[in-house]
Amino acid sequence: MSAFFVTTARYILAFAGAVCLVCAVMVSGSAVALRDLQAANAEQERQRNVLFAAGLADPEEELTDADMAERFAAVRAVVVDLETGAELPEVDPASVDPLVEAGITDSSRAVPENLARVRRVERRSVVYLVEPGGELDVVVLPVRGQGLWSVLYGYLALEADLDTVRGLTFYEHKETPGLGGEVDNPNWKALWPGRRVFGTAGEPIIEVARAAAGPVAEDPHRVDGLAGATMTSRGVTNLLRFWLAENGFGPFLERLRGEAAG
Amino acid sequence: MATETRRILMDPLIHNNPIALQVLGICSALAVTTGMQTSVVMSAAVVAVIALSNLSVSLLRNMIPTNIRIIVQLTIIASLVIVTDQILKAYVYEISKQLSVFVGLIITNCIIMGRAEAFAMQNPPLKSLIDGIGNGMGYAAILLVVGAAREVFGAGTFWGIPVLPLASEGGWFTPNGLMSLSPGAFFVIGFLIWILRTFRPEQNEAE
Amino acid sequence: MLEDYLNIAVKAIFVENMALTFFLGMCSFLAVSKRVSTAIGLGLAVVFVLTVTVPLNHAINDYLLRPGALGWAHASLTGQDLSFLRFLTFIGTIAATVQIVEMALDRFFPTLHAALGVFLPLIAVNCAILGASLLMVERGLTLPEAAVFGFGSGVGWLLAIAALAGIRERLRYHHIPAGLRGLGITFLLTGLMAIGFLAFGGIQL
Repeated sequence: MSAFFVTTARYILAFAGAVCLVCAVMVSGSAVALRDLQAANAEQERQRNVLFAAGLADPEEELTDADMAERFAAVRAVVVDLETGAELPEVDPASVDPLVEAGITDSSRAVPENLARVRRVERRSVVYLVEPGGELDVVVLPVRGQGLWSVLYGYLALEADLDTVRGLTFYEHKETPGLGGEVDNPNWKALWPGRRVFGTAGEPIIEVARAAAGPVAEDPHRVDGLAGATMTSRGVTNLLRFWLAENGFGPFLERLRGEAAG
Repeated sequence: MATETRRILMDPLIHNNPIALQVLGICSALAVTTGMQTSVVMSAAVVAVIALSNLSVSLLRNMIPTNIRIIVQLTIIASLVIVTDQILKAYVYEISKQLSVFVGLIITNCIIMGRAEAFAMQNPPLKSLIDGIGNGMGYAAILLVVGAAREVFGAGTFWGIPVLPLASEGGWFTPNGLMSLSPGAFFVIGFLIWILRTFRPEQNEAE
Repeated sequence: MLEDYLNIAVKAIFVENMALTFFLGMCSFLAVSKRVSTAIGLGLAVVFVLTVTVPLNHAINDYLLRPGALGWAHASLTGQDLSFLRFLTFIGTIAATVQIVEMALDRFFPTLHAALGVFLPLIAVNCAILGASLLMVERGLTLPEAAVFGFGSGVGWLLAIAALAGIRERLRYHHIPAGLRGLGITFLLTGLMAIGFLAFGGIQL
């Protein structure tokens, strides 16, 4: 079938080159053409999850992109230096992806062994503040940590007292559907608002209990465990405690408290 | 010619289904069948890649030097997969996140290489395109059946819409968590093959 | 430190077994599991290739492809993100490695080549190989961790295919319904094995 050409080395090289060239143009073309759209998707997804955690939107609601943008306008994204807790106002939040930075040696630091099994923490992260009329209302913190099968990624929203939970939402995990996967369940998420994360000494003591916890008023530091998912429940406890302590957002929350007091 | 086209298109659906009979390309197939939505998107991606790869390999078939043909095919397929992945990320972002690495694994899907090598290298473009679509559809058929079975029994939903009232929400159905885990996929495919072969005993293996 | 590596290895071998939880390398898993000896041969070849390609791809990803990776070459390249080329580069690396390994084995270790040689070409299109490299990137492992992960994934795959081949050898003496013979029963068996491996779930060292 290869009757009408000669397979010289030159032909083979030229052919290989041509195929590479065509494929390269195709691949790079699509990557460049679609890049903005992809970035917009990622950004929109992030905004949705922040809104869900902060209680400004409900996953059940049908929200158009415009609705989203409108509601997100109330939210201010802030880049924070995790070690000092200082704001970095000169850095554009859109240019920072904490999860990418956590994976790169230069922009992250190793943290001591912890139950959440977080090994490297990004040097700077992005938090979201809702400040109607300049008064702090909600702080949304990104959290992550090991569950049973996978790392859970989510957002924790705290009230202005920096203690009471406004909401908790996980946007990515690969836990067992029906058991640990119930971290997504709206009924379970509804148990969180009103719980308090810190103990009297200021250490995070929020806990997902082994069984049922009491109502918010009587049992403020505990939340019902997920049935049949001890490891995932424990994972949620561990990751919240990690991110609320000194290696996570501890210094940042400390600074906010100082500002509120001063 | 019409019957010929029909045969090329329909054959891989039942008589010669690439998954059920030749055990080809199920790597990427099984992991994404936990639900209908991911199955449909994955099927569409595979059909597109296999059809286009068959078409391009067939167009080039008289020009590809024999000794580098495998790597040329691989390059074409890999490029198509990258483009597909980029498109998925741009237009169905949520589902593309669930598909994670498995879109990339379409590259190593044996059906695609197999059809390029066995069919597209010998046949004209149009026929190859149809053959690609046919084989892609055969693959999709299994994917969709498995996806439907796993979603309905594993989560009580179909396309994300509840069909069986869950016990946890006052109904009677307790989801079978096993269906959502990996063994569920193996069982569903095993039984599917059994059913297919019960109706087509000529496909039984001797062993 | 050491237990980190051990943890990754144990996870890759048992908890997140390539074949049984991620369905990777299924084509050859089902086709080459009729006899234990060939299954082990293919399994060893997979271990070998994975141990080489995963760290190699890690280096390529880290120095060429990931966002900002090209910073070492020239400061102006820091903003570049070539991660969309990942699939193409990885599959190329794998195909080239398999080819080189085959030639090297043939030249220097003819006995090993005689044992593994026939399996090597099969491996270039084994999704377990590409899958391991992609999962490695997704999980953000470091270079030594990637090596351990590659090795562990290979061992897990070897374990699964050897066990399945053992069962299938025994199965030859059993009376199986006609429609289930061969492929059907193999799927059901694999499902049962996968349930067995689920028992390792949640193990952490």
